Amino acid sequence: MKTLSVPHVTGWRPIAIILILAGALAAVARFALGLGATTNLSDEFPWGLWIGFDFLGIGLAASGFTIVAAVHLFHAKEYEPIVRPAILTAFIGYLLVVLVLIIDLGRPDHFWHPLVMWNPHSVMCEISWCLMLYTTVLSLEFAPIILEKFNIHSPIKWIHAVSLPFMIFGVLLSTLHQSSFGSLYLIVPNRLHALWYTPLLPVLFFISCIASGLSMVVLESLIFSRNGRPFLPTRLRANLAKAIALALAVYFVVRIQDLLTRGALHDLTTLTYYSVAFYAELLVGFVIPFALLIFEKVRTSQTGLYYASLMVVLGFAFNRMNTAITGLERYPSQTYFPSIIEIFIMLGITAVGFCAFSFIAEYLPVFTAEEAGAGQHRDAAPSVEKKPLFAPPECEDPRPS
Amino acid sequence: MTSKKAMLIDISLCVGCNACQAGCKEENGLPPQEEKYLSLTAYTALDKYNDLYVRRMCQHCDVPTCVSVCPVGALTKSSTGPVSYDGEKCIGCRYCLQACPFHVPKYEWSSTKPSIRKCKFCPSRIASGRQTACAEACPTGATKFGDRDELLAEAARRITAEPGKYVPRIYGEQDVGGTSMLYLSPVPFEQLGFDSRLGKAPMPMLTMSALSKVPNVLSVGGVLLAGVWWITNRRAEVQAYESSLKNGNDPEREDDE
Ligand code: SF4
Ligand code: SF4
Ligand code: SF4
Repeated sequence: MKTLSVPHVTGWRPIAIILILAGALAAVARFALGLGATTNLSDEFPWGLWIGFDFLGIGLAASGFTIVAAVHLFHAKEYEPIVRPAILTAFIGYLLVVLVLIIDLGRPDHFWHPLVMWNPHSVMCEISWCLMLYTTVLSLEFAPIILEKFNIHSPIKWIHAVSLPFMIFGVLLSTLHQSSFGSLYLIVPNRLHALWYTPLLPVLFFISCIASGLSMVVLESLIFSRNGRPFLPTRLRANLAKAIALALAVYFVVRIQDLLTRGALHDLTTLTYYSVAFYAELLVGFVIPFALLIFEKVRTSQTGLYYASLMVVLGFAFNRMNTAITGLERYPSQTYFPSIIEIFIMLGITAVGFCAFSFIAEYLPVFTAEEAGAGQHRDAAPSVEKKPLFAPPECEDPRPS
Repeated sequence: MTSKKAMLIDISLCVGCNACQAGCKEENGLPPQEEKYLSLTAYTALDKYNDLYVRRMCQHCDVPTCVSVCPVGALTKSSTGPVSYDGEKCIGCRYCLQACPFHVPKYEWSSTKPSIRKCKFCPSRIASGRQTACAEACPTGATKFGDRDELLAEAARRITAEPGKYVPRIYGEQDVGGTSMLYLSPVPFEQLGFDSRLGKAPMPMLTMSALSKVPNVLSVGGVLLAGVWWITNRRAEVQAYESSLKNGNDPEREDDE
């Protein structure tokens, strides 16, 4: 007897197709007419929605390195079944981010320049390199899944043989560029609002990406459960939830202490455009989910965990968009709102991501880890077709009594 | 020959005739109409504050923020002063627009092959030993071109000669690490729209500290992670071995644990 707390979102495919088509049209317009005619960017506001989307995508794809580190480097073998979905999320996330970055460039035809023309002083250059190398590492980590499908086994052995240094390298690259996205803004101390500008930006970006990446793992494990059978055992998910709560707590303490030491706290005593945005981000993404996750009951409840991790992801999105957009606005004199074309390109690319994920999850052995061995997860492998994305988990509610 | 060039802009001498903009436009082949703000077609413009005029243009910083952020090195600082731009390298990331503390670079938004535009500090003129077009055009001497050291000395002389006329500060001497544009003013610079929060340290230092940690993260982090793997792997092996002992199928004793 299972009931759903929220109805399934059925028929998401036609919507996705419409979004993808709209996005493709928007992309054609952007390339044909240039950035000025199709975006609301300007000399005063040279970066907008797309760079925020990049931060978001990369942060959510952080599941890739956190889970790989946990399972393969720290030998938390019991999380093995979630490794492949996490790598797939990261792989798709990174490819999409690279795509958006290229669309965002004024000279997309010059996108390869950072590979041959280096400026070691540039954070942007470091990020380009990290993104490129890490996407390569991810494709190597992902390759066995494709090869397995087609029963080609010899390269898999070869990849396994060299995988350890690659995994270490991948984890380090992620650490570097997740924090470097924060470092991008270190250079604008006088532009970025004091609520977001801090020398600790790289640290804060790193801590929060761990919370959001793990939240994505939890969400996936819930969404791809089937027939009330959770994809990860409740205990493991509860452990992940503990790790998320810990990351949230660390983040909160560092963030507040930083505001205190910089004397920026007084910005929060009055209700302004900025303080509202700040409160929204901190409450939705950090304080409330933390308050929820400290309860064992929430950590072991599917619905509770679903909403708590959804909030972490949302709050994370708020944070990145606030850093990339709100904090740089000079309200009300200089504001920015993305153009319809910017929005369509972003939505279209997001839809591509969801479709790619569901397609790959359906046809490739993503939710059946060969190494899982025990086989208890293999038969629990869900088919994505039956379970639309965005649907909350079924409430089996395995609460301990 | 390779001495550092600069321009001394004495705000008290500027009469707002706009000859510098006209001269610059002619030199760079830009449309000649008068413009009030920096734009794609105005590399220098006059800002008016009551009866004082302030020239705005690229400051050709000594440690330029734009040069440090550009991922592909499309912006470069030459030893004689000019910060030059190479559109063939530029990827159009617009980081330089975001990062320049003086909001100088302008972007060809309407183009499908856009470039950055800003004052070039007339590098070809400097190379052939001439002065910049704007300095040449200035009828009152409000803009004076020369060696940076000499201009600094002259500015100091002007301040000591007429202490009542100037505020005792040469803007650009040390601001953001020093710039090629040096300003003298009869009123505090903050009243003329100069950003008083920029400080003396070159801005690129802000990211340097983060970037300098990269090699550390890679080396120390690599060793640390490999070590963790080694330890936890060992533990897993031992566990597997012990459980296999319990199950009775005694493996060869290769581990002496
Ligand atoms: S004023 Fe701006 S554009 Fe000019 S050199 Fe300095 S940082 Fe670069
Ligand atoms: S827009 Fe061009 S010049 Fe400016 S930082 Fe980017 S690549 Fe360099
Ligand atoms: S230095 Fe040359 S490019 Fe710059 S404002 Fe003067 S004339 Fe124009």
